Amino acid sequence: MFISLLAVIALGCIAWLGAASGFQYLIGVVLPYAAVLVFIGGFVWRIVDWAKSPVPFRIPTTGGQQKSLDWIQPARLDSPFTVTGTVGRMLLEVLLFRSLFRNTSVEIQKGPRVVYYSAKWLWLFALLFHYCFLLIFIRHFRFFLEPVPFALTAIEFVDGIMQIGVPRMFMTDVLVVAALGFLLARRLFSEKVRYISLANDYFPLFLLLGLVGSGIWMRYFTKVDIASVKVLTMGLVTMNPVLPEGIGAAFFVHIFLLSCLLVYFPFSKLMHMGGVFLSPTRNLPNNTRAVRHVNPWNPPKKYRTYAEYEDEFRELMEEAGLPVDKTSEEAAAAE
Amino acid sequence: MSKLPTPDKLIATIPAFPMEGWMDTKPEFKPGTWCYPAKVDNMTALGMPNPHEWSADQEDWNLPENWEEIIYEGLKARLAKHRSLKVFMDICVRCGACADKCHFFIGTGDPKNMPVLRAELLRSVYRRDFTTAGKLLGKLAGARKLDKDVIKEWFYYFYQCTECRRCSLFCPYGIDTAEITAIARELLHELGLGIHWIMEPVFNCNRTGNHLGIQPHAFKEIVEFLCEDIETVTGIKINPPFNEKGHEIVFITPSGDVFADPGIYTFMGYLMLFHEIGLDYTLSTYASEGGNFGSFTTFDMAKKLNAKMYAEAERLGSKWILGGECGHMWRVVHQYMDTFNGPTPPKMETPKSPITGTVFKNAASTKMVHIAEFTADLIKHNKLRLDPSRNDHLTVTFHDSCNPARGMGLLEEPRYVLKNVCNNYFDMPENTIREQTFCCGGGSGLNTDEIMEIRMRGGLPRGNALRYVQQKHGVNTMACICAIDRATLPPLANYWAPGVTVYGTHELVANALVMRGEQKRTMDLRQEELPGMEDE
Repeated sequence: MFISLLAVIALGCIAWLGAASGFQYLIGVVLPYAAVLVFIGGFVWRIVDWAKSPVPFRIPTTGGQQKSLDWIQPARLDSPFTVTGTVGRMLLEVLLFRSLFRNTSVEIQKGPRVVYYSAKWLWLFALLFHYCFLLIFIRHFRFFLEPVPFALTAIEFVDGIMQIGVPRMFMTDVLVVAALGFLLARRLFSEKVRYISLANDYFPLFLLLGLVGSGIWMRYFTKVDIASVKVLTMGLVTMNPVLPEGIGAAFFVHIFLLSCLLVYFPFSKLMHMGGVFLSPTRNLPNNTRAVRHVNPWNPPKKYRTYAEYEDEFRELMEEAGLPVDKTSEEAAAAE
Repeated sequence: MSKLPTPDKLIATIPAFPMEGWMDTKPEFKPGTWCYPAKVDNMTALGMPNPHEWSADQEDWNLPENWEEIIYEGLKARLAKHRSLKVFMDICVRCGACADKCHFFIGTGDPKNMPVLRAELLRSVYRRDFTTAGKLLGKLAGARKLDKDVIKEWFYYFYQCTECRRCSLFCPYGIDTAEITAIARELLHELGLGIHWIMEPVFNCNRTGNHLGIQPHAFKEIVEFLCEDIETVTGIKINPPFNEKGHEIVFITPSGDVFADPGIYTFMGYLMLFHEIGLDYTLSTYASEGGNFGSFTTFDMAKKLNAKMYAEAERLGSKWILGGECGHMWRVVHQYMDTFNGPTPPKMETPKSPITGTVFKNAASTKMVHIAEFTADLIKHNKLRLDPSRNDHLTVTFHDSCNPARGMGLLEEPRYVLKNVCNNYFDMPENTIREQTFCCGGGSGLNTDEIMEIRMRGGLPRGNALRYVQQKHGVNTMACICAIDRATLPPLANYWAPGVTVYGTHELVANALVMRGEQKRTMDLRQEELPGMEDE
């Protein structure tokens, strides 16, 4: 845990010092380009690498009634028979975290009694984090588009509708910190989760907190010169990079941590973003008895044939009056 | 066999989390926690790699000299063959949603029985050998070196997973521990490490057609003996066909139903049902096993044992296969059989009930129907005369087997059947049934007596849910649709909910079934007096 925290603090310091000692072009222009390339290249490579391994068996985890008899209502989404149903199941999984919504926690009470409680906090905060992060990501397109489309302005308006402070506080900023805080607190204080947590579980949390924190810091507190930042970001997207003077160091910390995240992403557990789409227990229909699934490496059939079986047990079978393909006489004659 | 603690003691001895990290703890091979090793003879006869003498409680497991290379190459090959493995190795975020979903974790408190950590046992080795971060950062990136203790740990924990897939239901990415366990067991088998309770049935099944090693003549004798019992109870003499060509249907069920109490009553139930509706079927001694312990060994072994079903249907010229009550058998049939050994023989046809005319379109490709689907259809079409009051002395609940629940979705069919043959039916609490069902504690070949304590610990959530309905509704009967359940649930019920008896679903069907020409029933299939039916 501490190593991850120190690593992120170190990254922040590097950015800070770098910005202060003349490496602004490197951090503000070169690194972001490199990071985007690594991110895209790495992401594609990972997906291709996974996809290279075939799916030999169709093994959906069925979360409800199968389609069998006409008068039995099947669970079309939790146990989908059709491709449409499977797409629906995946959408529920990806957009609403269906499986996590089922979460329970168990307790053994006196009696003994094993009791199950609904436990949706993880679902709630995980969903909150992902959607806030998505909205924040979308909001950032104001820096890459000129003129700023109406939809973006509308999102910003709604996000800031509580009209607190100047510049207006975005709800997503608060919520994303709260959600990350919950996810971190869970790792630290839940015995089970703490026990399984690795440095690579804490690192992305701290990195995201650093990223979000530096963003909040420069928007609400040091109030960096937004106009100059936009000049830089527009330069980046138009492939015509310029480095305006006078952008605060907080910005460089922010963009440096973002670059780190982009580089780290494809090689970490954050790839669950792509991997969830490839999970064979979710992305396949439960119709294996109706439609044959082909295994590309299906080995040739090797089994003990009936003939071999009868050869061993022929006499016993005849004595017991069981039908045989070859009688003892026929078998003897064939030898 | 080690002595079993009392239920209270068992719960009191669930330990707190250890202080040391999980990479620094080692399993202790105490009696009652590990399965006996497979016989060298069986392993050799089946052509398994590196058969050798070893035992889990010994220091030296006599691993082959190049064992590290075998694991490395074995894992590499499997990563290339199974996208599931590769994706599951990479995308876990350790959110912990799976942690308390595992019956073995609930009952043992052992953190390595949390599905996430069970997978990390393999993942840590994967990271070290197959990821750059793991190679560079080692333990910091959750990677560790493969050593002999890791192999021992794998054996300990991958044989404390019943491949029930309950964790997979709750995982936001659908990571399936059954898949990871199956592949880890394959790797252990590469080193010649298998367990007796699985390899003996596999050997038998290959040779005699069934797990119990019943030879053809004995199989026939046992079934005929059961038919005598049917005659005693109903006055009707049934002569089931064996290995006969030209029948429409081959019926295949786990051999445990032919051999072991209380499965035999379920088997009698099938025969009575088929007789009553005049089904054109045959039994097979060659394919006399529905279950598939090969599926607890390797994918190839599962395929090898399963191949007999289609081969026999083809030889006998049958149109389709009807399958009996069994859990893992139906995982294999539903999700693997057609892929393993299909396409089906050319003369097989999409199953159609000869009684109701219902076409089982959901089985159009495998051409195999579950008996609960078949019977539910019969009842729905009013083709059976039923007297559920014969089961009135029973208050029934239903145990969803893991595999039909989460690897098939067979949830309503057995309930429909049960509610039509029993008047008193109550489900267990919702977090313990249907797709959330809990394992009997003995699935995936772990129904062996030497690990009874582990089984009872794993059976805690199921047993406790049973006790709950026993106390609340007076449940005295647990119905199931699985031969392993019929073997594992009686000791579980005895331990966690004494007074509950385990029945196969078709035993209850046959008790209620009014057969043409039967004598007045005064006994159930177990030849116990039916209360209220003694004299009228």
